[in-house]
Amino acid sequence: MADVALHDVTKTYGSTVALDNVTMAVPDGAFVVLLGPTGAGKTTTLRLISGLEAPDAGEIYIDGRPVKGLTPAQRDVAMVFQQYSLYPHMTVRENLAFPLKSPILRTPGTEVKRKVQDVAEVLHIAHKLDNKATNLSGGEMQRVSIGRALVRDPAIYLMDEPLSSLDAKLRADLRVELKRIHANLGATLLYVTHDQVEAMTMATHVGVLDEGRLVQFGTPREIYEDPVSLYVAGRLGLPRINALPADLFAGAPSGARTIGLRPEHIAQGEGKRSDVIRIEHLGDHTRLHLVLDGHPIVTLTDPGSDLEPGDTVAIQPRNALYFDAAGARIA
Amino acid sequence: MSSFSVTEPSIQQKWIAGTLVIGYALITLLPLVWILATGFKSSPDSIAYPPKVTFQPSLEGYVNLFTTQMRQTPQYLAEHPPGTWYEEIVHNKGMVIAGPSRFGERFMNSVIIGFGSTFLSVFLGTLAAYAFSRYRIPLKDDLLFFILSTRMMPPIAVAIPIFLMFRSLGLSDTHLGMILLYTAVNLSLSVWLLKGFIDEIPREYEEAALIDGYTRFQAFYKVVLPQAATGIASTAIFCLIFSWNEYAFAVLLTSGTAQTAPPFIPTIIGVGGQDWPAVAAGATLFLVPVMVFTILLRKHLLRGITFGAVRK
Repeated sequence: MADVALHDVTKTYGSTVALDNVTMAVPDGAFVVLLGPTGAGKTTTLRLISGLEAPDAGEIYIDGRPVKGLTPAQRDVAMVFQQYSLYPHMTVRENLAFPLKSPILRTPGTEVKRKVQDVAEVLHIAHKLDNKATNLSGGEMQRVSIGRALVRDPAIYLMDEPLSSLDAKLRADLRVELKRIHANLGATLLYVTHDQVEAMTMATHVGVLDEGRLVQFGTPREIYEDPVSLYVAGRLGLPRINALPADLFAGAPSGARTIGLRPEHIAQGEGKRSDVIRIEHLGDHTRLHLVLDGHPIVTLTDPGSDLEPGDTVAIQPRNALYFDAAGARIA
Repeated sequence: MSSFSVTEPSIQQKWIAGTLVIGYALITLLPLVWILATGFKSSPDSIAYPPKVTFQPSLEGYVNLFTTQMRQTPQYLAEHPPGTWYEEIVHNKGMVIAGPSRFGERFMNSVIIGFGSTFLSVFLGTLAAYAFSRYRIPLKDDLLFFILSTRMMPPIAVAIPIFLMFRSLGLSDTHLGMILLYTAVNLSLSVWLLKGFIDEIPREYEEAALIDGYTRFQAFYKVVLPQAATGIASTAIFCLIFSWNEYAFAVLLTSGTAQTAPPFIPTIIGVGGQDWPAVAAGATLFLVPVMVFTILLRKHLLRGITFGAVRK
């Protein structure tokens, strides 16, 4: 296991800047989730660390050593691709054994067999080992793809939205499984996702990328509770943070343009009156869609609420976040 | 899995399709059947008018193809009775076998040159196509166009310069010379065909193999090559068909040692009258290797082994 460090890493593709002066330290044993919309540079970060691409500027260190010029094999990284990319001419067993049989590892036959069997059982694909890789469902392919990383014992695991194509139940199972593997192996993981639950439940650190720049790096709670900008605040939280004009409520600090209200920042019972538009009963909680002076607001209320569309609710902010005109946090 | 919908054709559609395929096959196969039949006819039957559809089969054509013969006196023939079935066929015409003909040798030349140049074209073509497909090469499009442009005129248009070049390089009438020439002609086809096939193999496979601890070449060898098998097989068939059938350069550049079968077969006509059965026998045997090669590789001609493993 190893730590990873990026120093002022820049990568451009033609005229597009994919990564812009990114500096990031991933401690040994960390589970880092990279968040950001498509094109923010998440996948590029993984490809640069893996050695599939070389940075235009900056240095990457794995386990303290600069890895410039090293091939992916020499860097000892395992990667799960967003596209499952199983070798279609091989069986599931051969796919899983492929990294173990590489000239770098040269694992003895009996050990290959044991490791493949172990991983197959963890991922519930043991009964499909002799299937052709093309003869699997999407979820099974993705599990084999994850398995191909897990059979090894690399310095770091890189995972590019590995659970995105799975159904909800399998996703939940594998989330727990990945967390367990992380805890058991003490592995360092870099993980790209769009999924807020994955980020909050698995990560020890979250890095938020915006157009190639790393805008905040910290624990999931820091990112959620103490975002540096409106952009970061919008990356986590479900329902999303409500961004409203700062002068909607009294008490905004000077220079504030936007007030950011997460559901728990909205106190009900006193304050300005808003109209209930829609109520969504989700079982364990209830979503409340409100309109205040023409601005839609989404918040939560208790499951037993008997509010109905057309009712009015008085609301006021509580520990709200304030942002300036550029979106930077000011309070 | 597939992006187009497939419905089972109706019985009627199957009948129409079947009839069309059989009809087309009959038209294209008829000349081949005629050649095959002529090879087993006797000389008079082969030129009979109206043409004979049923006839007494004879191996005379094949015997004539593989042997050279001499006329002998009845006395000599009586003193030397035939020992084998083929000697008997010749004996009955009042002749004896003087020795083997050059057909076997010419046929082997065709095999060496045809398969040699096919192997070389596909081998070099695969490497070049992989490079064109995967690496950033300056002037890539221009280079590819240049490679294709070598096929824009008929190869025979450059026959004279090639003839002179071969003579000064000592490549005239050598196996190596013919292999190089056919490889040069086939290479443009092979690079273009194979580039298309390799372009379709997603890069993710090689990247996965690189991450899995393999070198670039090992990734190419273990991951790309097996998936390009379809393309390689069909390219090989096209290359073999060209170099196997090539006539003009073979006439011009070979005579003694490296002559291939195509220029040799017509010369059979001149040996003792118009021996159509022998010509037909030569043509029949000449068809066999390409046919066998195509049949052996035909399962690779069916596309589709990589479909479905990469999410598009």
